[in-house]
Amino acid sequence: MPALLEATSLHAGYGETRVLHGIDFAVEQGGVTALLGANGAGKTTTLRAICGMVRTSGQIVLGGERIDGKPTEDIVQRGVAHVPDGRGTFVELTVEENLRLGAYIRKDRAGVSRDFERMFGYFPRLRERYRQQAGTLSGGEQQMLAIARALLLGPKLLLLDEPSFGLAPLIVQEIFDIMHRIREDEGVSILLVEQNASLALEIAEHAYLLETGRIVVSGPAAEIGRDESIRRSYLGY
Amino acid sequence: MEGVLHQVLSGIASGGIYASVALALVMIYQATHHVNFAQGEMATLSTYIALTLINAGLPYWIAFLVTVVVSFILGILIERILMRPMMDAPVLASVGVFIGLLLIINSSTGWMFDYMIKTFPTPFPGGPLLFSGYLSGHELGAFVVTLVVLTAVYLFFRHTKLGLAMRAAAFNPVSSRLVGVRVGWMLALGWGLAAAIGAVGGMMVAPIVYLDPNMMAGILLYAFAGALLGGIDNPLGAVLGGFAVGIIENLAGAYLVGTELKLTVALIIIVAVLVVKPSGLFGRTVLSRV
Amino acid sequence: MGKATLWGVAAWLAATIVPTLLLSDYHLFQLTMVIVYAIAILGLAILTGFNGQISLGHGAFYAIGAYTTAILMYQYNVPYWATLPVSAIVCAIIGFLIGLPALRLGGLYLALTTFALAVAVPQLLKHNALEPWTGGVQGLVIDKPDPPFGLAMSPDQWLYIFALAAGAVLFLLAWNIVRGRIGRAMMAIRDHSLAAEAMGINIALLKTRTFALSALYTGIAGSLGAIVVQFVAPDSFGIFVSIYFFVGLVVGGVASIGGAIIGGAFIEFVPNIAEKVSKAAPGAVYGVILIAVMFLMPGGVAGFIGSMFARFRRGTKSAELRPIAVGGSGANDVPAGVPGGAEPDAGGHRSM
Ligand SMILES: Nc1ncnc2c1ncn2[C@@H]1O[C@H](COP(=O)(O)OP(=O)(O)OP(=O)(O)O)[C@@H](O)[C@H]1O
Ligand SMILES: [Mg+2]
Repeated sequence: MPALLEATSLHAGYGETRVLHGIDFAVEQGGVTALLGANGAGKTTTLRAICGMVRTSGQIVLGGERIDGKPTEDIVQRGVAHVPDGRGTFVELTVEENLRLGAYIRKDRAGVSRDFERMFGYFPRLRERYRQQAGTLSGGEQQMLAIARALLLGPKLLLLDEPSFGLAPLIVQEIFDIMHRIREDEGVSILLVEQNASLALEIAEHAYLLETGRIVVSGPAAEIGRDESIRRSYLGY
Repeated sequence: MEGVLHQVLSGIASGGIYASVALALVMIYQATHHVNFAQGEMATLSTYIALTLINAGLPYWIAFLVTVVVSFILGILIERILMRPMMDAPVLASVGVFIGLLLIINSSTGWMFDYMIKTFPTPFPGGPLLFSGYLSGHELGAFVVTLVVLTAVYLFFRHTKLGLAMRAAAFNPVSSRLVGVRVGWMLALGWGLAAAIGAVGGMMVAPIVYLDPNMMAGILLYAFAGALLGGIDNPLGAVLGGFAVGIIENLAGAYLVGTELKLTVALIIIVAVLVVKPSGLFGRTVLSRV
Repeated sequence: MGKATLWGVAAWLAATIVPTLLLSDYHLFQLTMVIVYAIAILGLAILTGFNGQISLGHGAFYAIGAYTTAILMYQYNVPYWATLPVSAIVCAIIGFLIGLPALRLGGLYLALTTFALAVAVPQLLKHNALEPWTGGVQGLVIDKPDPPFGLAMSPDQWLYIFALAAGAVLFLLAWNIVRGRIGRAMMAIRDHSLAAEAMGINIALLKTRTFALSALYTGIAGSLGAIVVQFVAPDSFGIFVSIYFFVGLVVGGVASIGGAIIGGAFIEFVPNIAEKVSKAAPGAVYGVILIAVMFLMPGGVAGFIGSMFARFRRGTKSAELRPIAVGGSGANDVPAGVPGGAEPDAGGHRSM
């Protein structure tokens, strides 16, 4: 089966700063692909490049169609949901409104309300906070909100940027447990960016290791996790 | 006492007009962090359009509706053509463009409709004053119209998907794009709405202050005062602020400074808000580090 | 005395003598108004160009300066030249007081407050309580000063020389302030306000003082303007005076001392020409030019000429690279902005 997303010789940068120097990677249908790397390696930039949030050159193909150079809104329309760096919460709006925005592009009302219920199944706390201003949620709750918002899009591809960032270990565990369930239930392919390499490698099938804008290692997650030298030199655990 | 009541009521009536223009300002401010110095002139132009339609024989309310729609489209066009490139420009550049727009509209209205002061019709019955003399028919009618408009705008933003998307685009454009909201169009719609709301304000105030190319300069000042008083990033606050300014202006005009200094009252309100509570009564803190 | 100073003095003498001898009284009057407007715009340039603050209400200070002079001359028979320092002080104080609250906030708030001030000023000037001094709606008519020491010249010739001298002093002063320690601090605030604070600059105080200085300049211009025009009335000081100064500032280039002269000439002569087409034309011309400058050459005319020179000297055209904002609307407009895409993959890629 061809990969859901395939990037070839992808370059990206901000103004004059070049961040990605021609990387190739793929996200397989229905699995979790991890993108690892040190701070500043270009992980967030890679996700932004997929969504057309930064200038790119090279090719990005989603389900057989080129999406590079398209506006973000059009890429989202094609089923790419992005939980951005910093969670992207609409802090002034309520939890409900945040979730409604997640389903903004969908026309099937019945399906949306069914999905709302499913999200409350994953994240019961969001139901309790339904009418609360989203900016007043805790970090963990905001992360849950961000994931639920992204899933409500009904995406083919889910981009997750450091879902564990700034959260207590217990909450991180909770979120990763739910991600295991999502992976089973939702049939969505996930590109996961993580600092916490061991957690990411545990959930992913495939992994890429990014170093200053270049992919230095790629392969099955399990093997990368076992490789002593890679762990020591790149992953630091 | 009766006099006070009269002033308060008529302050609420004109306050509704200030509230509309203040709301228009705040909508654009929230979305772009720009203050539209041309908001008043845009409303004046709309009012001239209405007058032209009425003089051409259209019934008042048809002319009213057509004017609102045309203003809406003009607002969108202005955003698309002039404001889009200014999106991330420094304050000076955006202020320059707004002032340029103000000058162009002001001189176009002067050129097309000359600088003579004109009367503008009211659709409301004149005759004897209502509520045993507290309010003229037009004041009451203008109040109802602005209240209807403000309520409609509120319901639109609260309870429609498009309204939610427009708010989202104003608050957080990056996240909005990520859920598929076409942020550029939301800003354009915001401009269209602001222009339409301002048009209503213009048509409601014109029978009171008469129509000339500079009609809205003073109104814009009250709207500024209202927006700042309520909080320039809070639409509801700006509306309340607009009403409050209407009342304060009328009371101060009648009992404190005299009607010749009403504009100065607006200036004092602006300075007072900036000194005492820069975020306004209902706004978030805006004090910047200096 | 350096060479530059000599040239400066020579230029000033030439500017004094040649037009005085060659031009008619009316054209001299126009030139005098150019100087007056240039001084007013210079005040704005100090504020906006060198300190990054925007005022849409400097017409108010122009009005206050004009009225101070007119009242002193008309009501108290003060000689015209002695009114200049008084209106300088008055405007500086009022500028300080207005600037104090507005400057604590972002740039837009000052623009808004000054705009409000300018809209309110004519009403204030008309007010009954002030009528014994201001003459109310009618305004005041003042006498044109005669040349001193029985000099054999027309009042217009003398006023031109007088304004030119005052202008020279004010421009020199501005030049020195801007290039000195205070100017550097002003620009530091404009460019990096946090860093300026870290350097120990008292930002609020310096901003307020800059505003006062700027008001002082425009106030003196108002005084000179009143003397030259011999007339003040509330309705000649509406919001559009402020807006025209702003236009002159932008056209001349906001951060340009010399640009103020271009701006002054612009707002003196363009309306004269445009008004021949229609009463509405000057406003439209101003508006179009203002927007065009904002879109095409943010440095204004002076900045444009300056960059032309710089370009000639370097012989190359510098490509301007605009940084893009993440998620900004422009992000998708220009695809493939990353240069050197064909670079070989340097890092060793291990596939497993
Ligand atoms: N908006 C921006 N403008 C300019 N440069 C940026 C911007 N965002 C990121 N960069 C630069 O791009 C490089 C890669 O950043 P990126 O955010 O992609 O790294 P990352 O791998 O996600 O790091 P982290 O683990 O810290 O999140 C960094 O050097 C960063 O400074
Ligand atoms: Mg990152």
